[in-house]
Amino acid sequence: MDWEVVIGMEVHVQPTTRSKMFCGCAVGRLGDPPNSNVCEICLGMPGVLPVINKAAVEACLKTALALGCEIPRHTKFDRKNYMYPDLPKGYQVSQYDLPMSINGFLEVDGRRVRIRRVHLEEDTGKLIHAGDKLHKALESFVDLNRAGVPLMEIVSEPDLRSADEARDYAVALRTLLRTIGASEAEMEKGQLRAEPNISLRRVGSVELGVKTELKNINSFRALHRAILYEMSRQTEVLESGGTVVQETRGWSEAEGRTFAQRSKEFAEDYRYLPDPDLPPLEIDAAWIEELRRALPELPGARRGRLVSQHGLPAADAVLIAADRELADLFEASVAAGAESKPVANWIIGEVAPSGKIPTPEHLADLVKLVTAGSITRDQGREVLMESVETGRLPSDIVREHGFVQMSDESALQVEVEAVMAANPRAVEDYRAGKKQALGALMADLKKRAPQANPRIASDLLLRLLG
Amino acid sequence: MTDLTNLTELTIKEAARMLRLRAFSAAELVTAHAERIERLDHRVKAFLRFTPELWEKQAEEADRRIARGDLGPLVGIPMAVKDVLCVRGVEATAGSRILSGFKPPYTGTAVSRLFAAGAVMLGVTNCDEFAMGSSTENSGYHPTHNPWDLDRVPGGSSGGSAAAVAAGEAMIALGTDTGGSIRQPAALCGVVGMKPTYGRVSRYGLIAFASSLDQIGPFTRSVEDAAVVLEAMAGHDPLDATSSNRPNDVLHDFDAGVKGLRLGVPREYYDVEGIEPGVKAAIDKAIKSLREAGAEIVDVTLPHTDYGLAAYYIIAPAECSSNLARFDGVRYGFCQDGQNITESYERTRRKGFGTEVRRRVMLGTYALSSGYYDAYYLKAQKVRTLIKRDFDTAFEKCDAIISATSPTVAFPIGSKTQDPLSMYLCDVLTLGGNLAGLPGISVPCGMTEERLPVGLQVLAPQWREDVALRVARAYEVASGVKAEVASIPSPLGGEG
Ligand SMILES: [Zn+2]
Repeated sequence: MDWEVVIGMEVHVQPTTRSKMFCGCAVGRLGDPPNSNVCEICLGMPGVLPVINKAAVEACLKTALALGCEIPRHTKFDRKNYMYPDLPKGYQVSQYDLPMSINGFLEVDGRRVRIRRVHLEEDTGKLIHAGDKLHKALESFVDLNRAGVPLMEIVSEPDLRSADEARDYAVALRTLLRTIGASEAEMEKGQLRAEPNISLRRVGSVELGVKTELKNINSFRALHRAILYEMSRQTEVLESGGTVVQETRGWSEAEGRTFAQRSKEFAEDYRYLPDPDLPPLEIDAAWIEELRRALPELPGARRGRLVSQHGLPAADAVLIAADRELADLFEASVAAGAESKPVANWIIGEVAPSGKIPTPEHLADLVKLVTAGSITRDQGREVLMESVETGRLPSDIVREHGFVQMSDESALQVEVEAVMAANPRAVEDYRAGKKQALGALMADLKKRAPQANPRIASDLLLRLLG
Repeated sequence: MTDLTNLTELTIKEAARMLRLRAFSAAELVTAHAERIERLDHRVKAFLRFTPELWEKQAEEADRRIARGDLGPLVGIPMAVKDVLCVRGVEATAGSRILSGFKPPYTGTAVSRLFAAGAVMLGVTNCDEFAMGSSTENSGYHPTHNPWDLDRVPGGSSGGSAAAVAAGEAMIALGTDTGGSIRQPAALCGVVGMKPTYGRVSRYGLIAFASSLDQIGPFTRSVEDAAVVLEAMAGHDPLDATSSNRPNDVLHDFDAGVKGLRLGVPREYYDVEGIEPGVKAAIDKAIKSLREAGAEIVDVTLPHTDYGLAAYYIIAPAECSSNLARFDGVRYGFCQDGQNITESYERTRRKGFGTEVRRRVMLGTYALSSGYYDAYYLKAQKVRTLIKRDFDTAFEKCDAIISATSPTVAFPIGSKTQDPLSMYLCDVLTLGGNLAGLPGISVPCGMTEERLPVGLQVLAPQWREDVALRVARAYEVASGVKAEVASIPSPLGGEG
C-alpha cells in the first residue's frame, strides 16, 4: 500500500510596520549593525513596559479578514516563558488561548486550505556562535535587532497533500499578503518563514501519523525540496519497520537534507500566563468593518474576473493576478483602449521578466502600435524599454526614431529591388529551385530596412522573384 | 543663614512656604537633610546609596526656579527613592545582589514627573529584595532599623523609605505597594503612606514584582503632602498600557471633613486574628474620633478575606516568576559563569537571589506549570474576582472602609525571619486593596504604651483617592495626631 503525506503549515510573517511590536524602535533591515535597533524596552531592561503597536494589530486584522477568519471581540496577549539568551525578558509575548482571529481559509488552485488561527507575537533576537552550537561554543554573541519585531503567525490545518501543494500554499499566501499590503513577505529577507509539519499515513487511513516540524527554510524552492526529502526519509523509516519520532528538524540547504534539532520528549512547559502589562484588547467592530471595506480585491477573486470579464486564458490570469501591480497595470491598460490578450502577452513576456513597470497609458499606446502593424514586435521591445527609462510616450519615441513600419508597397519595392541587385547569386539559386535562398534575401532586407513590414515585404519579394 | 537644625521636621507645605519667603534656600534645605543623614543613617540604615551630584544640581536648579517666582509646591523638596525605581545613571538593584552595578539608562515616569516638579533626590532607599517581604530584613544588603526603636523592623518592603521619612532624613520618599508594602511600613514607622488605585500612577521604571498588583506611592509626614506628591506623579502615561487617563482630581473636597460620610468597619478586619490589644485600642479611639467628627460608622463584611492571603500568594509569585526571568546574568548585573548557558543561569540566579525571592520564584513556577495552572493560578484569579465583589458590595453601604493597617506594631528584628508564614500575615489587612486595585492610605493614629506607632488604614473605591484622602485628612484634623519625626537617642547619650 502507498503512503499519503499530510502537511500543515505554520507561517511567520513580519507585518509592514515602521516600529517594533512593543517599543518605538525601527524594525530595521537585514545587515544593520548588531544591536543598533534597540532600546531599554526591547532589551528587557528592569522596569520597562510594553505598549501594543496599532499598525501591527491592523496588519494582522487585515490578514485575518483576507483569510475569511472570524475575529472574536476580545483578544489578549500571553507570556510564553522560557529562558534563552536571544529572549531578553525570559518570555516571549505571544497569544495563547484568545488569538486575534480563528477559522479562516485560503484558496489554493481552486481548493480551500483551512486556516486555524492568525495571531500576533514578537520575534526573538539572534545568536551568533563562535564555534558550534550554543552549548559547545566558546563564545556566543547576541544581536537583539530582531527582538520585539512584530510577527503574525498563520497556522493552517493539515490540509495539504503534497510538496507542490505546500509550496503553492506558501506562494498564494505571499501573494495575498502583498495584495492587501500587510507584509512585503520576502522570504529571503526573513519576512516570511514557512515551517511545514509533515506526517505520513497509509492511503485510505484517516488517522494522522507522527509528524515532524521543519525549520530554517528560506525559499519556496527549499520548502519544496525539504518536504520531498522529509517524505522519503519518513517513508524509509516506516517501511523498514521503524517509527517516526515527533521532533523539530532543521533543513540544511547545503547538504539537501533535514536533521534532528529538538525532540518533543523534552518538550518545555511554557507556563503561559496572561501578560499583566497588556490589558485585554477589545476590537472595535466599526474598525473591523472599516478595514474590511478598505480591503482590495483579493487574488482569487481577481483571477476569476480576469477570465470571465477580460477573456484571458486561465494560465495567464493566474500569472497576472498573482501580482497586484501587474494586475492593476493589465486592467488599466485595457481600460486605456488596448486589446486584452496582447496586453497580457506583453505583461507576461516583457514587463514581468524585466521587472520594469510602464504606466498603463504607455503600455496601451505601445500595444496599439504593434497590433496596428505600425511597428514590429522587435521594435516594440526597444520602444518599451526606452519608454520605461525616459518616461516618454511610445508613439513619440517611434516618430523620433523613424521606427514606423514600412507598409507602403512602392517604397518597399525600392528596397526589395536593391536587395535583389546586391545578391545576384541568391536570386539565381532561388530561381533554379533552391527555395531556401529566400531566407538569405529576407535577412538582408531586414538589415537594410528594419522598419519593413515583414509580411508585405516577403509577398513582394516572391512576386518579383517569380 | 538660618538655623538648620529643625528644617528636617517640616512638612512639605511648610517648607515650600518658607522657601518662597527665602527663609532658607533649597540648597540649605537639602544640606540640612544631608547632615541629618550623615549623623543618623549609619544607625537607621534607611539608605543604600546617595546621589550628591544629583541633589546639588537639582537644588541649584530649584533655587533658580524659586528666584524666578516658581510657586510649584515641590520645588526644592528633598526626596528619597525606593531601590526598585529606575533613575538614569543611578544604580538600581531592587535590594538584590543580582542587580549589583546596574545603572538604568532611563528614568521612570513617576520619578521624572517629580523631578520636573522640582523635587531634589537625596538617594536610594533600602527595601526587601524585589519588594518581597514585610520587614526589609530580606534586603540583599542590610536590614533597616525602625527609627522609633532601632531594635525593631521598619516594616516592608518599602522599609527604607518609611524609615527615612520617620527619621527626618527625607520629606518625601517613594515606595511601591504590591500587598501593603507602602501602608504597612508607614504604619510601623508612624508616617503617612499612600497606595493609589492600580493604574493611577505609571509603573514605567518600576522594577516589577507582581505587575497586576504593583503601584508606586508616596511617604510623607502629612496627608496633604501625600496628596500633593500623588497629584504630581499621577496621570496617564503612554509608556504604560495599564495607566489610566481618568481625570486626576485627587484633591477634590480635600478639606470637606467626614460629616455625612459613611465609614465601613469590616468585621473580618476589625477582629482579624492576631491583632494586638494596643493596635485595637488605637483603632477604637480613631473610630470614636471619626464618629465625633460627624461620620456614620457602619458594619460591613468582606466574607472572602480569609482566601485573600492564599490567592495573593499564588498570583504574586506567579507573576514574579515570569517578571524575574530576565535576571539571567547575560546583559546586566551580577553573573556567575558556568560550563554552559544553563549552568551559568543556575549559578547566577542561585547566588544572585536571596532565599525569599527563590522561594517565590519556585512557588510561582509551580503554580503556572501545566497540570497545576487551573488548580492554582486560575482558581486564585477567581478568588480575586470574589474579593473585588466583596468590596463592591461593601461600598454600596459605605463611602470608605477603615481598619488597622497592620495587626501588629513593629516587631523585633529577627523575630519572624524563620517563619515565612507569620511574615506573610503582616499583609492580611492590606493585600485585599491590591487584589481589588483600590486606593488606600495609612495615617498615624497614635502610639501604643511602648511608644510604637499604630496606623489607621482608609480604603476607598477605585479612582476615589479623593475620598481616601478626605477621610484621612479629617482624621488627622479631628484627632490632632500628626506624624512626628522620631528622635533617635545617640549611643553616647543625648538625642539626634
Ligand atoms: Zn526597542
